[in-house]
Amino acid sequence: MLLALILLLAIISAYILPWWAACILAFGAALLLGKTSKQAFWSGFAGLGLAWLALALLKTFPNENILATRVAQMFQLPHWTLVLLITVLIGGLVGGMSALSGLLVKRVFEK
Amino acid sequence: MKIVKAFFSLAITLALIWALQTKFGDIPPIGKFLNPATGFWQNAESKNINAAEQLKLKGLQGEVTVKYDENRIPHIFAENEHDLYYAQGYITARDRLWQLDIQTRSASGRLSEVVGAKALDVDRYHRRMGMVYGAENTLKGMMKDPVMRAVVNAYTEGINTYVRQLSKKDYPIEFKLLDYAPEEWKPINCAFLLKLMSETLAGGTNELSMTNVLNKFGAKVTNDLFPDYPMHESPIIPVGTKWDFKPLPIPAPPAAFKAQMLTGMKMKDRVEGIGSNNWAISGSKTASGYPILANDPHLDLTFPSIWYQMQLSAPGVNVYGVTLPGAPCVVIGYNKKISWGVTNVDADILDWYQLKFKDESRNEYWYNNQWNKVTYRIEKIAIKGQPDLIDTVRYTRFGPMVYDNAKMGEGHDNIPIGNALKWIAHDESNDIKTFYLLNRGSNYADYREALKFYNAPAQNFVFASADNDIAITPNGRLPLKYKDQGKFIIDGSDPANDWQGFIPFEQNPTVKNPPRGFVSSANQSSTDPTYPYYINWQFAPYERGKRINDRLGAMQKATADSMRVLQTDTYSIRAQDILPTMLKYLDASKLDENQLAALEILKKWDKFFDADSEGASVFANWWTRFYRATWNDNFSDKQMPLNWPSMDRTEELLLKEPNSAWFDNKKTPMKETATDVLSRSFNLAVDGLIKKHGKPGNWQWGKVKKFEVRHLANIPGFGSGNFASGGTGSTVNALTEGHGPSWRMVVQLGPQVKGYGILPGGQSGNPGSFFYDDMLPTWKDGKLKELLYLQSPAEKSARIKTTLTLSK
Repeated sequence: MLLALILLLAIISAYILPWWAACILAFGAALLLGKTSKQAFWSGFAGLGLAWLALALLKTFPNENILATRVAQMFQLPHWTLVLLITVLIGGLVGGMSALSGLLVKRVFEK
Repeated sequence: MKIVKAFFSLAITLALIWALQTKFGDIPPIGKFLNPATGFWQNAESKNINAAEQLKLKGLQGEVTVKYDENRIPHIFAENEHDLYYAQGYITARDRLWQLDIQTRSASGRLSEVVGAKALDVDRYHRRMGMVYGAENTLKGMMKDPVMRAVVNAYTEGINTYVRQLSKKDYPIEFKLLDYAPEEWKPINCAFLLKLMSETLAGGTNELSMTNVLNKFGAKVTNDLFPDYPMHESPIIPVGTKWDFKPLPIPAPPAAFKAQMLTGMKMKDRVEGIGSNNWAISGSKTASGYPILANDPHLDLTFPSIWYQMQLSAPGVNVYGVTLPGAPCVVIGYNKKISWGVTNVDADILDWYQLKFKDESRNEYWYNNQWNKVTYRIEKIAIKGQPDLIDTVRYTRFGPMVYDNAKMGEGHDNIPIGNALKWIAHDESNDIKTFYLLNRGSNYADYREALKFYNAPAQNFVFASADNDIAITPNGRLPLKYKDQGKFIIDGSDPANDWQGFIPFEQNPTVKNPPRGFVSSANQSSTDPTYPYYINWQFAPYERGKRINDRLGAMQKATADSMRVLQTDTYSIRAQDILPTMLKYLDASKLDENQLAALEILKKWDKFFDADSEGASVFANWWTRFYRATWNDNFSDKQMPLNWPSMDRTEELLLKEPNSAWFDNKKTPMKETATDVLSRSFNLAVDGLIKKHGKPGNWQWGKVKKFEVRHLANIPGFGSGNFASGGTGSTVNALTEGHGPSWRMVVQLGPQVKGYGILPGGQSGNPGSFFYDDMLPTWKDGKLKELLYLQSPAEKSARIKTTLTLSK
């Protein structure tokens, strides 16, 4: 449930707001729907990570990955998929931390 | 406990977001750059292109139709001139926005603003040599002319319309990498582009290193080693052309002067190999009976390309060719009636004046027997992450004092003497008008009229028309000087050393329909020594010009394809001139197995610098080592830069004075001759080739000579990568060290004009576009594409892929 919400918010916000807006939204979503630390973190991680994966693939496939390949060379990586992997991991990490923070803040106010 | 946990988690999250938004050193802000919503993924262009597109743009007066062909070359049809140049600006910005930005920043000394202190040296250099000062003056000239003012303003408006509607995700990738935002265009930026061209083509200097030579070796040796006309030459204006004008009196040189102040800020050295070819042959020598014109300007080859192809059409004009992003109009191209092209003249339009100051304050300098006050110009340089640098530049009647000892000199703070720079690019001018008029020209008279407006950098303007006229004019504002004025540093106190006006435009060298049936230029001497005025004492070596003239002279029933073949010709006139002599002096009995194999390769070599030629590699290495070994002992000086004698003079020495003392290496007790130097440099060349490339059989020129088209900011992965190519600096196909034909064009004039051309890259400046490098393979193959010259927006062509309609 939390995962689905974060994924949805991340994709919608990407078209209208700066990228870090998704972090605030993940924070807010976990504030509402967060249950355990593990659940919150991994929902945030997967939510933002999958959103970034989808958005990146949507751009790079019609491009036949020519830009991603050049950027990989710029970073001295052997293949463009590594740029994609890093993108997803970074999105996931910051998404996971945001959701976890949401949950932990929620707990402060619980009881 | 809960609070602590929550606090830490929040703190880490915020720190992470901050870190992902921040640029550390040269690494782009990772979050900004990688996130797919606004980061680089957004620059990945789709392969699927819409066949029709419509945009509403503020400021247009009518409707503009832009037809994009299969290489994404725009064919612009406007209803009036305002909309035409507005659309040129808009369309150029769409494909080349970052190039527009970085060129302007470079020329105006504003790189530090975005990349920090590492660019401070180059920024300061550009400010102090008067790039901004010159651009301000040029802007005045352009704005005085109501027609050009309207053109430049419309062009500016078009670029800014694009910039204003741009959202972050659409910024070109380089902005995202360097983490800054595009800014609005200003009319002065058009002038900055011209200054940049002047710097590239007429901003090199060797006065200081020549003066050092004069001081070290004396006048006799200097005159002998640095003659004012080369041994080998095939001048642009054919020998024997009559000068049918009464020249102005030539200024008299003042009494001998030798500059003493020999330290200086490092200016750009003159680079051999930045040159170009152009020619036109008359209908009497072509298959069609109409002239053919060809041009290939040699510049730094980069992605994006320095040129942008366009067709510009409005009532009164329909022109096709290449434009310079940052300047309105087509610079090299053709219309229905005429075609024109340019190569660099290499005129001496940059001089150094030594100043004598009254005292340490350097506020007054001696000129015409009195003290004159300097004026001050403040240059404020913004530096990313640091306070601004305020730089004061002293201006004299000649121009800015570029080298300021107190601030920049190392160990020379006690010398109160600086040099002032006089440079044609500082003057008021209206150069773009020349291209505006050529775009609309229809005959020889129009060509001559258009050329009058051109100032700098001086260019050899070649011309051909459907009326069967051909012509060439080394053109620009050329100062009236005494012979060799500016070969060395000049005494700034004597009014006799001023530029005494300019050569009248009508008296610039020119030739129309010469009896030989063709005109050509390849940066060699403009004229033979009979021309009454002094233009320069040195020009590019004659080899390319000679080869072109030999081939064109022999040509009959030429076609556009004959021109293409000549543009990609790699025959070495240098090898033809000197290789037999070099071989004659080489003693085969002293050679080992590998050296003998190399000698065999050379003997069988056809003298073409083809990519698969091994002979080219041996010859090029041998000659370069011979040249260096000849001069190194006398002309390498750690204390001061010395200009080296030319290739031509070295060849003359080898051919005519093989026992010259210059061949003797001062560091050995023996007395060497050319034979010894040749033998040693041959062995070293062979050793070097074996060490780097293995045994004979692996020495293909395309492998030995590294070549690639780099990204403009040299970003790894954004260039072409290394590829094998033929040619060298002294062959017509002058591919060397990142320089080469930046645009190849051939135009067959006639009732129905036909153009052919190719760029070493693509139209788009976006590395994520399919049109970033799509023309490079054709260019590498030495082929041209037939250019699509539409007569109306309604004309059907299978090559049109997208129609873009712009309206208000």
